[in-house]
Amino acid sequence: MAESTVHQSRSRDLDKLLLRPGNLVAPTFEPGAQLRDDLQEYARILVIGAGGLGCELLKDLALSGFKNLEVIDMDRIEVTNLNRQFLFRLEDVGKPKAEVAARRVMERVSGVNIVPHFCRIEDKDIDFYRDFIIIVLGLDSVEARSYINAVACGFLEYDSDDKPIEETVKPMVDGGTEGFKGHARVIIPGSTPCFECTIWLFPPQVKFPLCTLAETPRTAAHCIEYAHLIKWDEVHSGKTFDPDDPEHMKWVYTEAVKRAELFGIQGVTYSLTQGVVKNIIPAIASTNAIVSAACTLETLKLVSGCSKTLSNYLTYNGVEGLHIKVTEFVKDKDCLVCGPGVLLELDTSVTLQKFIDMLEEHPKLLLSKASVRHQATNLYMQAPQVLEEMTRSNLNLPLFELMGKVPRDIIHVTGTTSRDGKKASCLRKLCLVFKGADAVTDQDMAVGA
Amino acid sequence: MIRLFKVKEKQRELAENANGGVPIKKQSAGELRLHKDISELNLPKSCTMTFPNGKDDLMSFEVSIRPDEGYYLGGTFLFSFQVSPIYPHEAPKVKCKTKVYHPNIDLEGNVCLNILREDWKPVLNINTIIYGLYHLFTEPNYEDPLNHDAAAVLRDNPKMFESNVRRAMTGGYVGQSFFPRCI
Repeated sequence: MAESTVHQSRSRDLDKLLLRPGNLVAPTFEPGAQLRDDLQEYARILVIGAGGLGCELLKDLALSGFKNLEVIDMDRIEVTNLNRQFLFRLEDVGKPKAEVAARRVMERVSGVNIVPHFCRIEDKDIDFYRDFIIIVLGLDSVEARSYINAVACGFLEYDSDDKPIEETVKPMVDGGTEGFKGHARVIIPGSTPCFECTIWLFPPQVKFPLCTLAETPRTAAHCIEYAHLIKWDEVHSGKTFDPDDPEHMKWVYTEAVKRAELFGIQGVTYSLTQGVVKNIIPAIASTNAIVSAACTLETLKLVSGCSKTLSNYLTYNGVEGLHIKVTEFVKDKDCLVCGPGVLLELDTSVTLQKFIDMLEEHPKLLLSKASVRHQATNLYMQAPQVLEEMTRSNLNLPLFELMGKVPRDIIHVTGTTSRDGKKASCLRKLCLVFKGADAVTDQDMAVGA
Repeated sequence: MIRLFKVKEKQRELAENANGGVPIKKQSAGELRLHKDISELNLPKSCTMTFPNGKDDLMSFEVSIRPDEGYYLGGTFLFSFQVSPIYPHEAPKVKCKTKVYHPNIDLEGNVCLNILREDWKPVLNINTIIYGLYHLFTEPNYEDPLNHDAAAVLRDNPKMFESNVRRAMTGGYVGQSFFPRCI
């Protein structure tokens, strides 16, 4: 009995949002029991990362009524995680984060099912990501965000008016924290800027000049980086440094201490060594909680339409006082990842050489000296000579065949444009459609069968 | 705003159609930008490039530099480039594969070139780096030393530096270190 009371009260709060109409709702909002039940039954949500943010996200999403969650994380639990990654206990150290986090939330929140995936995000097929209605990111690296963004934007298709086709849109909600600062953003590919449109928002990593490390160290960090980047190679020729191997880390620490003594520098500790080498920024539990709350709320709003969503980038700063600001960033219309690309219709007989000539004539492109890349294959490279020679034989082949006889696909071209008499280099995304190609492939298959 | 539930059926349909497809390796934005950099390279005549993993993998490659003036005239120096998927947000990792007696390159092949580390900016490109490396051979400088001894000799005794460089390039010892021939 007690359990069902708890369950009802959880649903009652949600009911206030989902069962009643409102003035600030999204135009698509259709309040009612159907929506609430659909949310629970159909909304499959993927959480990426089961660390500081991930633990919060899983708990928040489960308590917000979502019942079908999956979580992916490649890491195992470490002792230093326990202060803020509250789903983990001392006896969990060494176990996969995704598995323990999923189990703990299921133990505490009735009715929720969480499927853990203990692997790298790149290990999953692209189709794995297609199954989710929304992807929520609790990551700590630019690289992983960039990968997921490319996957999610890869599903996006545009109609002939360059409008995103609704059913191909895979929204993302991205959270991030660094100490007392954090952000939450809503990415609706095709409508709001994708991660790549605004990659400049990430500050570059601080890198010390190597000669400073070698000659004139002034700080503890300089001594640590000396041991890590220079001394390691000198002593262990050929062996790569593994930041997750405690023996390696201890070696770097010991060398850094020697270096610091030599130059009379204070402050080299083992934890600072780990911090500098792995680029760790101290994590604040409350920042994670605040950012996760914002992300979960946006997820609920996006999926249900019960309110307008954040537009589109929230920054939180708790360093001095407390500042929250929302900025509406704009899409890069020529973005190589989320943009529509220039649509070109071609005959299946057009050779690569003919295609390159066409780019020069095309009024929207006026692109000369084009190099052409399709997925992971370089079809033609203008330079350097070695690549030009390796790809030259493709020029006389039909592009349709070079692209694997698909009726429609994205390719990328780089070259020189001249507009208003000025020459500029550019990189463009093109969407090629081959006329009558559907019929051709059908025929091929019929013959094959 | 998107009608997520209106389209759930359609999404399922798309997913089913896609299942038969060939799994595609995801292009990183870094690869695309690198493709542009490489296709627009305008190398000095004395520089050549090789792609050990074939024409489709541009993320790791080698550049050989043959300085046509200065102390290192006649030598050939091989550099390896490793480019990250988030290039140009992050600079490529560059190492010198040829053991060289040089004030700004240590015996492990680490290179002290500002644009590879502290001064890297996304507007820079592969061409800039190659010219930067080339410049290190025509204008070695003792103010940013990675090889402390070589820098001191260059500063205090340029004649001796010159003969040390010659000895190293033709294959021989400078101090305790042996340098294989690279001419």
